[in-house]
Amino acid sequence: MTGLTRQNLGTIVAKQGILIAFALFMIGFAMVNQRFIALDNISGVIRSSAILGVMAIGVTFVVIGGNLDLSVGSMMSFSTIVVLDLHDKIGPGLAIPAMFALTLLLGAFIGFLVGYLKLNSLIVTLGMLSAIHGLTLTWSGGKNMDIADKSGTWFSFFGQDRIMGIPVPILIFAFLAAVLAMVLSRTAFGRKVYAVGGNGQAATFSGIPRARIVFMTYLVSAFCVAVAGLLQASRSLGSQNTVGQGMELEVLAAVILGGASLMGGSGTVFKTVIGVLILGFIQNGLLLAGLDFYVQYMVTWAIIILAVWLDIAAKRGHLWSPIA
Amino acid sequence: MAIENRKDMIKQGGIWVFILAELIFFSMAGHYWSVSNQAFMDPGNMLLLLKQSAPIGIIALGMTIIMINGNIDLSVGAIFALSAVVLLDSLSWPFMMAMGDWALPLAWGFALLTGVTLGAVNGLIVWKTGIDAFIVTLGSMLGFRGLVFMYNGEQPTSNLNWTLVDFAEAQVLGLHTATWFLFGTALVLWFVTTRTNHGRNAYAIGNNRDAAVNAGIRVGPHFMWNFILIGFLAALSAVVFYSESGSVNPNDGMLYELWAITAVVLGGTKLAGGYGSIAGTLGGVIAIQLLRKGLGHIGADTQTVNLVIGLILIAVLFLDRQLTRKGKEELKI
Repeated sequence: MTGLTRQNLGTIVAKQGILIAFALFMIGFAMVNQRFIALDNISGVIRSSAILGVMAIGVTFVVIGGNLDLSVGSMMSFSTIVVLDLHDKIGPGLAIPAMFALTLLLGAFIGFLVGYLKLNSLIVTLGMLSAIHGLTLTWSGGKNMDIADKSGTWFSFFGQDRIMGIPVPILIFAFLAAVLAMVLSRTAFGRKVYAVGGNGQAATFSGIPRARIVFMTYLVSAFCVAVAGLLQASRSLGSQNTVGQGMELEVLAAVILGGASLMGGSGTVFKTVIGVLILGFIQNGLLLAGLDFYVQYMVTWAIIILAVWLDIAAKRGHLWSPIA
Repeated sequence: MAIENRKDMIKQGGIWVFILAELIFFSMAGHYWSVSNQAFMDPGNMLLLLKQSAPIGIIALGMTIIMINGNIDLSVGAIFALSAVVLLDSLSWPFMMAMGDWALPLAWGFALLTGVTLGAVNGLIVWKTGIDAFIVTLGSMLGFRGLVFMYNGEQPTSNLNWTLVDFAEAQVLGLHTATWFLFGTALVLWFVTTRTNHGRNAYAIGNNRDAAVNAGIRVGPHFMWNFILIGFLAALSAVVFYSESGSVNPNDGMLYELWAITAVVLGGTKLAGGYGSIAGTLGGVIAIQLLRKGLGHIGADTQTVNLVIGLILIAVLFLDRQLTRKGKEELKI
């Protein structure tokens, strides 16, 4: 080790770029506004990022496996509407497992199409985005869904209560992230997900059941969507049919920001969580700095492009693309 | 080779057979269950259908060449909205007000220039950084939408100009203005994709990018021209549509990218690139609009339309794979 050469530095920046950017942002915002690093502000940001975050963790599995999931937004609307509707019909104790079962069924259907039938995941989930939206509208009859007795139900526990001062959504988010991070990095299933996404053919030749692994990643994604739907429903105790609309692309933005490659085979749960938090804190920081909400869109744009650009520039060793 | 040709014909003609089946089904079904007593095949109804399919259709036609390249553009909805805002807002600028009706072509010009500029930004990033178009346009979808909100906050931008409305509602030879634009765009793009070097290069790049580079095709500028083209078309679509409606909400055009992609895929274009046709996309656009209108005609709710279109998209993908029998259409992103 003769100190940091330029190349070493470049590699470090590229590898930990997202963490460095995160730290710089936090410091920058904290200098502009002290309130930004107040504990209640930080916990507020994490709490409101929890729903997006839970979904992003699930999509991370799908993306590492080499596929896309554009249906998570409309699937989240579905689970929210279903659990709210069933809450009043069969009670929360039965409504929650029923909603999980239905959402997992949708995930299994997508997983079957993409995994076993080997259909293109972008188109399948695009079609399911539309189809599930139709399903949600059919279920609710197009009306908003509300719980009749909003103050007398323990259902609000997941979205609104605190345990030892920590909001429950944060606990669920953290718990799910920890468990799924372990699954991805410490289990045979996790390694197979990387293998299938990194080189599907090689994975098949080494005896990994590719179809089943892809199928499972969509089940994981659907499970996370169900959790997100539960949080959303419990937080507001009422919902529109379009509550998750557009979230699929926000989720994808967070996953990409976390450094997962859309070609599959790379990414981690931890980095996705960082990606989610960056989006959340930027939104919050810009608002606290007194800027209008739309500035965050443009900043997010710049950050996504820069993050991916730095990543591939470090890999190819040139800043500019070699294509003429 | 003969078998290949036959399969190709089945795939090319498939969308038109599907449209025919839709027409027969909805006419028959409409005869028995119709909520209105107007026949489905009524010429006025069909002309309206073409007009209504124009906004998504014009964008989808541009998306075809982007997807033949093996790229994708998710930012078209935001470009559509921003161009519309520029069109309607520019009409109220003082020097434009002073010009009277001469301001109208200028306002169109500003709106189209907006689309071209935004498309060029996308294209330049794709070219120079080498980031995949999916990610670039996912980002700019957010960024451009931010620009829309910056323009007028969450307020709608309105400016109803009766000269423009008359123009947009005019019918020449029975077809509405929007329909003419749809067909005109289709004709130009058909010519570009089948009769020009640019079109041949588009297929070549989509088929095998490395080979195209080795053959001396300048892939970067080629991509950029196509992004400029789709930016222009998204703006054109906005210009035609908002000349008539005269009011744009900052959320307008959301999910248009997904509808456009749906139409293109229904028309037989492959996501992986190298394969697709303008005629097919035109068929896809008409098929979707026919489905929406037809389902409405037999009294189905809007929710059923979403469900049916989603499932048909998946079914088409499945059929396509059965016909191709390669099973190796990896998503190249």
